[in-house]
Amino acid sequence: MSAQTLEAPQAPRRVGGGLLDPRQLLASLPDAARKLNPATLWRNPVMFIVEVGAAATTILAFTDPSFFAWAIAVWLWLTTLFANLAEAVAEGRGKAQAATLRAAKRDTTARRLRARTGFDWDQVGATELRQGDFVVVEAGEIIPGDGDVVEGIASVDESAITGESAPVIRESGGDRSAVTGGTKVLSDRIVVQITQKPGESFIDRMIALVEGANRQKTPNEIALNILLAALTIIFLVTTITMQPMAIYAKAVNPGVADSLALTADGVSGVVLISLLVCLIPTTIGALLSAIGIAGMDRLVQRNVLAMSGRAVEAAGDVSTLLLDKTGTITLGNRQAADFMPAPGANHGELAAAAQLASLADETPEGRSIVVYAKETYGLRERAPGELTHAHWVPFTAQTRMSGVDVDGRQVRKGAATAVMKWIREHGGHPTEQVGHLVDGVSASGGTPLVVGEVADGKARVLGVIHLKDVVKQGMRERFDEMRRMGIRTVMITGDNPLTAKAIADEAGVDDFLAEATPEDKLALIKKEQEGGRLVAMTGDGTNDAPALAQADVGVAMNTGTSAAKEAGNMVDLDSNPTKLIEIVEIGKQLLITRGALTTFSIANDIAKYFAIIPAMFAAVYPGLDALNVMRLASPQSAILAAVIFNAIVIVALIPLALRGVRYRPSSASKLLSRNLYLYGVGGIVAPFAGIKLIDLLIQFLPGMS
Amino acid sequence: MSQTAAGIIFIASLILAIALVHKPLGDYMARVYTGLRHNRVERLVYRLVGVRPDAEQRWGVYARSLLAFSLISILVVYGLQRLQDKLFLSLGFAPVPDHVAWNTAISFVTNTNWQAYSGESTMGHLVQMAGLAVQNFVSAAVGMAVAVALIRGFARRGSETVGNFWVDLVRGSLRILLPIAFVGALVLVAGGLVQNFTGPHEITTLTGGVQNLTGGPVAGQEAIKELGTNGGGFYNTNSSHPFENATTWTNWFEIFLILVIPFALPRAFGRMVGQLRQGYAIVAVMATLAVLSVVLLNVFELAGNATVPQAIGAAMEGKEVRFGASNSATFAAATTLTSTGAVNSFHDSFTPLGGMMTLLNMMLGEVAPGGVGAGLYGMLILAVITVFVAGLMVGRTPEYLGKRIGAREMKLASLYFLVTPVLVLTGTAVAMANEAGLAAMLNNGPHGFSEILYAFTSASNNNGSAFGGVTVNTPWYDVALGLCMVLGRFLPIIFVLALAGSLAAQKPVPASAGTLPTHRPQFVGLVVGVTIIVVALTFLPALALGPLAEGIH
Repeated sequence: MSAQTLEAPQAPRRVGGGLLDPRQLLASLPDAARKLNPATLWRNPVMFIVEVGAAATTILAFTDPSFFAWAIAVWLWLTTLFANLAEAVAEGRGKAQAATLRAAKRDTTARRLRARTGFDWDQVGATELRQGDFVVVEAGEIIPGDGDVVEGIASVDESAITGESAPVIRESGGDRSAVTGGTKVLSDRIVVQITQKPGESFIDRMIALVEGANRQKTPNEIALNILLAALTIIFLVTTITMQPMAIYAKAVNPGVADSLALTADGVSGVVLISLLVCLIPTTIGALLSAIGIAGMDRLVQRNVLAMSGRAVEAAGDVSTLLLDKTGTITLGNRQAADFMPAPGANHGELAAAAQLASLADETPEGRSIVVYAKETYGLRERAPGELTHAHWVPFTAQTRMSGVDVDGRQVRKGAATAVMKWIREHGGHPTEQVGHLVDGVSASGGTPLVVGEVADGKARVLGVIHLKDVVKQGMRERFDEMRRMGIRTVMITGDNPLTAKAIADEAGVDDFLAEATPEDKLALIKKEQEGGRLVAMTGDGTNDAPALAQADVGVAMNTGTSAAKEAGNMVDLDSNPTKLIEIVEIGKQLLITRGALTTFSIANDIAKYFAIIPAMFAAVYPGLDALNVMRLASPQSAILAAVIFNAIVIVALIPLALRGVRYRPSSASKLLSRNLYLYGVGGIVAPFAGIKLIDLLIQFLPGMS
Repeated sequence: MSQTAAGIIFIASLILAIALVHKPLGDYMARVYTGLRHNRVERLVYRLVGVRPDAEQRWGVYARSLLAFSLISILVVYGLQRLQDKLFLSLGFAPVPDHVAWNTAISFVTNTNWQAYSGESTMGHLVQMAGLAVQNFVSAAVGMAVAVALIRGFARRGSETVGNFWVDLVRGSLRILLPIAFVGALVLVAGGLVQNFTGPHEITTLTGGVQNLTGGPVAGQEAIKELGTNGGGFYNTNSSHPFENATTWTNWFEIFLILVIPFALPRAFGRMVGQLRQGYAIVAVMATLAVLSVVLLNVFELAGNATVPQAIGAAMEGKEVRFGASNSATFAAATTLTSTGAVNSFHDSFTPLGGMMTLLNMMLGEVAPGGVGAGLYGMLILAVITVFVAGLMVGRTPEYLGKRIGAREMKLASLYFLVTPVLVLTGTAVAMANEAGLAAMLNNGPHGFSEILYAFTSASNNNGSAFGGVTVNTPWYDVALGLCMVLGRFLPIIFVLALAGSLAAQKPVPASAGTLPTHRPQFVGLVVGVTIIVVALTFLPALALGPLAEGIH
């Protein structure tokens, strides 16, 4: 895994999130109008009923024309249109993203090798490639399909899918072998084994996902739809059964003159339909699919591709988060954190020797020693070339140390046992003190490196370097947040338990799995799931694939192998494992937005009743005028105001639906209180104000008194 | 002591008594339904019926057993009425007409106890005891069985079964209802109720009129009538008859019997799911709604907004002087908040808004605290619906007691809460649009409309009380209300049992800080709010044309 981490610059966003652009609304109007087609609209039963109501009202307005009837008809059509607009806008953003992706999916040709090891190739179209084919790609060429590098190493420009312009290295073997069709090789030559089926490339899937082409309803969405359908049925029954009751009420009050709302035939069709549309949960019904599309969209904006909406929803439910230590919790490399001189040596000697021994060491650890010596002891960094007589001893797995021979002096740094052995071989006697220093570093979770020298035939230990895993900044706070959200974090590491515990304590994770093998990981996931918990994890290697597939939310790194990407249900194009936390938050935000707008939608009904019931019946039962608490001008203006409010609130909430309600990690109890006040109480109060305001404006229209 | 002060003491002492009893009784009921041993009488019953008491049933089998038992019950009660002249102890009454017999059979088997007939002049002692009184026990036990099956759904982990209907039925009848009813009957006898087998006595009243007074096994039937939230009186005037309800003291005791099991069941629920606090939350929701309703009803009746009531200090029309306005209002609230339907006063004569409260109590779906068993399962359904909306708002797939509320659970819960409103509103609308329906009205205008609305609300919610003022003993009403009762009882039961099955099969999700807590006042308030808002939104137009039109000036 690369060291590209929290600090990594965010990839440029293709389509801005945030507030709704009015131009976007306008641009989506044709799509919205197209969605009025009942053949497609019936899939949204709530809005379908509104459309049927709008059509019926239009007919009624033709047969018995009045300004009121026409106004209601127009606004009911607008209500349907606004609902379609919400969906069209959400889809529009996805389409814009799909367009940029399509640009990358040019018709490419491929050079298909006749045999894997040979050099003979045929020129074929990219679409003709089958799984298992070998193609050769050279600098300047586009990779024709998804696959794994089986030969060579190349730098690849993947900006077409990640938006990140810096090239990445792809090489055969290991965890950086996967390449994506549509990306461009910038240097060298590689042989790629194609792993995709024709037409199912990564870019194809990305396009389908962002366009929402095969968007399926998620489990919670289905459950919510059932609730909305039930509410719709209840209100249908409420309004339909009201008719005989109204006829009776009118019949027993023969002295009351017919009004626009109520005649001897009962409540007029237009008013009845208005009441129905106001009562059924149109707000959430109109915005539900937009919320879902926008949720996926928010992930895409963060360069995460979810293979299904179900995965996004599951992310909100996750209760255990498995995080790899390296790259996620720690910066990924151990760094020098302390120089501890042995008895008989001083800090300056030790620092100088440590620096000298590390000058030619290009590993991150070696670099960190040089940097530490410079920052803490002010030792100038010397280029290896400066020391002309030096003989550099590189690190090998056998010696397990590295260093330099210069001017008759030998300096070594390396694993404690190796350096101590080397000292003894040269007649030195490391004191017990050194052993204590080494043990102390190990016990604190760090890695000890011993620095020794042989000068003038005398071998001695100069001291110990404390190499430490550096926990990323802000991780503890993130994990505290997680805990408040009820999510348990488990750190996965190959380190020994002692080291693992030290880092786990420092980072503030709830638990850790040390010396973890892929099998351990899989077993841990199964154990958590057995207990009813949902597990999320990231992974990039082929050996992560079983665990990624088992996890409820498996986020594969884009740098990872095809097997990992295939096994997970999300791919992070930035390959930033910390993003798992954001994914969980987006999942939660998606559900909260649905819940909040459902509550708002239902709470709205109270005010609408207070507008419409007195409008219908105050003529026969004057006492009911007491329910007209908003003191609306006339029955007509009251009903029209309620209908207009009902339509406008959809448009007003489109930005919220697309952006998602504000989510700050906190306990369920606090979240509920906040959202209840905002969307429950707010949902009761807002329409009283809104309807009154609209009434104040429209009362001057003709036919309103 | 003023009437208000007396009323307050009456209510406060009731609350205290129920609070004291609900813990031991709830714990006892939990033990009854979870115990593994069968006593000798029970084993005998199982052998006679031919069931294996240790065999667990899937929800479908459980439901089929319940429906089969209820169908047989309906046939038996119907047969007893139709053949009463051929059987003994008929007191010389003729066979009950078919539509009345159908209505009455349905009514008692569904725990509604809607009485289209006048008890003392229609039914002989055999029908009263072997038909109606038996149903008073078993129909109540059926309700509790369904509630217990649903509790098991929440309590069990990955189980295919929800219990054994026959065991739940027998234990509920023999171990819970029978002993309490027995003690209750003794107390009522001590309070002055009759318990004999005498026929009609002709009595000359003070004003010189002639009246027929029938005796009978009244106290025994009275105890189970209240305890099983049945409500079917021995006499036509129900608990306002001195033989059924002699004094203020027996009035208090009858209300106590009405409320004692419904309020204790949440404790049993808490016990059985292993989280007592969840039971407390449910009981808190019930109590909040109940106290609100009792207080409002008392206020409306004591304040009385007409000339005569104001002159005499309270609305006394249709109420027994023995009980007074306040205690009648409290009884009315208790009987409509539970699915009892016994009355000690004439709800028709309540103030319009007081009458509306009795309607609203039933429209809540009989959940505060509701009928025995039925109240708890109704309330749990409301909790499930609340959890769903609230659960989304905390950003997780909603779960209640660790069980996920997914599409299937929502479908069943939605179907449940659709049934009664649809029955009430459709029934009322059809009656209002139909000659036979309108012909029965004795009052005109909003009040007449309220009476019909009340009849359908009472039948569909299996309450059984009548507003009065409608001649409901016509073939049309007997059939229509019978349909409302049977559908209003068994459709929800099927949905509840299906829900129990799908919940039992789930493995619970462990609670965490991210889980919506369902035992805090926040949740209690939310369920109360959701219940009131959903009911108000559903019934406001109907209420506006009835009691509101009459009551708001």
